[in-house]
Amino acid sequence: MIGYLIRRVLFFGLTLLLTSLLIFAAVRLLPGDVESAVLGRGAEPAARAALREELGLDLPFLAQYANWLSGFLRGDWGNSYALKLPIRPLVMERLGNSLRLALIAMLVAIPPSVLLGLLAGLNEGKPFDTAFSLISLILVGIPEFVMGIILINVVALEWKLLPSSASVPPDASFGEALPRLILPSLTAAAVLLAYIGRLTRVGVIAEMRRTYVRTAVLKGLSWRQVVFKHVLRNALLPTITVIAISLGWLISGLVVIEQVFAYPGLGRLMVFAIQQRDLPLILGGVMIAVTVFALANLVADLLYAALNPRIRLS
Amino acid sequence: METPILSIDNLTVVYRLQGVWREAIREVSLRVAAAQTYGIVGESGSGKSTLVQAVMGYLSANGAVQQGSIYIEGEDWLRATHRRRQQIWGARLSMVPQDPLSALNPALTIGEQIAELVRRHVRLSRKAAHERAIEMLRRVKLPDPESIARRYPHQISGGQQQRALIAMALASPELRLLVLDEPTTSLDVTTEAAILDLFAELQADHRAATIFVTHNLGVVARMCQRVAVLYAGEVMEDAPTETLYSAALHPYTRLLLRAVPRIGDSTPLQAIAGRIPSLRQRPSGCVFAPRCPIATDLCHAHKPPQERAEEGHLVRCHHWRAVADGSLRVEEASSALRRREMQSAEISFFEQLLSDNQNGAQATVMRAEHVRVRYGARGLLGRLLGKKPPFRAVDDVSMRVPRGKTLGLVGESGSGKTTFARSLIGLVEIESGEAHLLDMPLRGTPRQRAKATLKAMQMIFQHPEESLNPYRTVGQTLRRPLMTLSGMSRVEADRAAAELLRAVNLPADYLSRFPSELSGGEKQRVAIARAFAAQPALILCDEPVSSLDVSVQASILNLLAQLQAQYDVAYLFISHDLAVVGYLADYIAVIYRGQLVERGRAESFFTPPHHPYTEALLASLPLPDPRARVRRIRLPDDQPSGGVPSGCRFHPRCPRYLGEVCRTQAPPWQRDSQGRYYRCHIPPAELAALQAEREG
Repeated sequence: MIGYLIRRVLFFGLTLLLTSLLIFAAVRLLPGDVESAVLGRGAEPAARAALREELGLDLPFLAQYANWLSGFLRGDWGNSYALKLPIRPLVMERLGNSLRLALIAMLVAIPPSVLLGLLAGLNEGKPFDTAFSLISLILVGIPEFVMGIILINVVALEWKLLPSSASVPPDASFGEALPRLILPSLTAAAVLLAYIGRLTRVGVIAEMRRTYVRTAVLKGLSWRQVVFKHVLRNALLPTITVIAISLGWLISGLVVIEQVFAYPGLGRLMVFAIQQRDLPLILGGVMIAVTVFALANLVADLLYAALNPRIRLS
Repeated sequence: METPILSIDNLTVVYRLQGVWREAIREVSLRVAAAQTYGIVGESGSGKSTLVQAVMGYLSANGAVQQGSIYIEGEDWLRATHRRRQQIWGARLSMVPQDPLSALNPALTIGEQIAELVRRHVRLSRKAAHERAIEMLRRVKLPDPESIARRYPHQISGGQQQRALIAMALASPELRLLVLDEPTTSLDVTTEAAILDLFAELQADHRAATIFVTHNLGVVARMCQRVAVLYAGEVMEDAPTETLYSAALHPYTRLLLRAVPRIGDSTPLQAIAGRIPSLRQRPSGCVFAPRCPIATDLCHAHKPPQERAEEGHLVRCHHWRAVADGSLRVEEASSALRRREMQSAEISFFEQLLSDNQNGAQATVMRAEHVRVRYGARGLLGRLLGKKPPFRAVDDVSMRVPRGKTLGLVGESGSGKTTFARSLIGLVEIESGEAHLLDMPLRGTPRQRAKATLKAMQMIFQHPEESLNPYRTVGQTLRRPLMTLSGMSRVEADRAAAELLRAVNLPADYLSRFPSELSGGEKQRVAIARAFAAQPALILCDEPVSSLDVSVQASILNLLAQLQAQYDVAYLFISHDLAVVGYLADYIAVIYRGQLVERGRAESFFTPPHHPYTEALLASLPLPDPRARVRRIRLPDDQPSGGVPSGCRFHPRCPRYLGEVCRTQAPPWQRDSQGRYYRCHIPPAELAALQAEREG
């Protein structure tokens, strides 16, 4: 297990390194040049050259990458061209916002989805299962922005229960922020709920057909013991992995929802950075998103291994 | 007879298939008394699984009992509520299933899986239940039960898993009825023998009534006092074991006994023509009539009643009296039938094959020298991804296969026998050493090899359903090698494909069928025909009959022998079953953990001296004869995760272990007076004397 852990962590580092190289190269390929972005279109050639030298853009590609990487590792992520602000605090603040939204969405989505998926799986083919499958399919199918707009129109504008905008003042307490976070997190939760629920259902159905379930039943165990002690433990293994991965997905993939609710998350910052061709900001944001995503994957793998004796003990 | 523990009367179980109720078992009656072991023998499709499920009270959702009754200790089991069943299951009625690994929960420790049953049925504390679990593990003779109890199923060997399940089944002190559902089928033969010993030993203790369901006539002969022979859902014959093996009255029983290969006997096996009718096509008369050599119009028209031939001997056949007094001879009728079939098969394609192969005739078809195969070579990335450390599956194997002869390669699972075959055909890389086929080096993947090399060596696999493309008709399957390897035109290939089918005793209209429309035995015939289509000099047969029923197995073995005799093809015949290999092979080699330990001619193979491993294999075979004395040599379980032992690889399990020398030095090849070679530190004369002592 220790060896497994070390291998996974090393692999995690390798992934990040390769990704950063890839992103660095990709960002350099984006159309538009830094000088115009910083100095405006009509800048003097001399000023351009000076800027290039100042930013290290005249160096060869690998040297630029090495400079950026060493800065990144030391915590110096550079300044945003567009906002003229240091990047690191900016990205970190937005990351915190996104994390807050994602965690609430997960708390809302996971317990009911596992429960509903379990019930549907145990009642395979019966009306409850059919209804569950249908509704979850619809939820998965509705795009997030449609769901968000429906919620805004009904809950915020029609019933006036909650604010439609989720932009939270930076100094707001959690209690103040919470009402603004409910609608966006519900929107994110809807998709998550359907997805995790369906996965749980499939896992339960597959496990119920395994021979060890027959062994358990023929020991005379109660139905509850068979389901909760024997089936669920194995059926939830893939679900747990997906839950961990979905945290990464929520952080980096909530762009649409953040846009609809005007929520100051990481996704919206990235959209802004790309529109402004703000290369250092893009780099910093993407690196953080990738790190969170890879970290979520790592946690998922380790969790899976810890819960599965076949991996834990080999 | 005292009150039976289990009594089944006139039981008929039906399944609903596509809206129609079909009878899976019909009018089955059995009584099993305390301490009695009742064998249920049947091939696949006989309904034995359904019978087990019915007895356990756990039929699948589309099954139902149509008529009849099951009583357990006088209690109407079919009327029992689910709550009542939960009280009986695990407490008074237990089952040991077929495949131990899948029957255990991978996420719970062995100890907990036994203890939870104990807690459910006996009022015991958590700690006491755990101790009881350990006690049970000790009773099934698991070494270090405390540590086994803490382990998970994947951490122990198959034999140990099965012992754990037996411990579980016997854990309740009030056990009355034990159902063993093919409990040794998925185990290696040496492990099987040890598990059967354990059953025999424990039986004296628990005194529960036992039902032993199996397809293996050898296992029944050893374990059971009575046997019921099940065919297509009906009990054909039901008799004390001795009677059944010496004086069977039903044609099916008699033919089944003749279809089993026996050690040291190479008279042709009697196959039973045809196949078990599926649920949809049960005949209206006697279910065995379509395959029966003595069937008459009466048999086809009317179901025979179950009759009492003598006290305790029941038989379901219209003609049992004629069989009993010898006026009808089942075996001869069957042979006559087969001869007629064989004559009708004219085989011109193979005539041509014969003449082709004799061009450039040479004595050795394939020779392998010091072949090594390693799995799992890993680089830096592999190590990072946690690939398993490399493992040498084949280590220094040399052999020659002579033209037109069969070399039988015998070994248990994990011995490297299949890997060796795969390395010859190019599916895995040969690490070092070399192999030649008719002087052509066997190197590289199949794609890199010359057409002549591909053509000269073909393979028949264990599972025909996996080796035939389900989306190609039999005709398309056969045509392909004929056109690509033998270079025939489409028209020639069509004609040759039809001839091939005839040669493997399949009707020509099978050309347009898909594999899903064929039985297991028929698929294997198609696979054989496909192998012959390339007109090879050598065919690698990898366990070609081990997934088939006994009666079908015999016909495939006969077919292989017949084709070889006519057409001079060599076989490398790989099997775990010494009896099967002994039947077909001219030479036998035994492989253990990647190395050959013994090789020699088949005729003299079954007389001592043997390598101690071979000796144990031979002693482990369950013989289809209840009077056979049990020769007891039992090997300790092989540890699944252990590395390759030093010195002689067999020394940790060897019953003839000498000491230091076995542990430190690799044994030399020894040659006995009959020209057989084996790899052991004990010289031939001494080994022969030791082994004769035990036999005598």
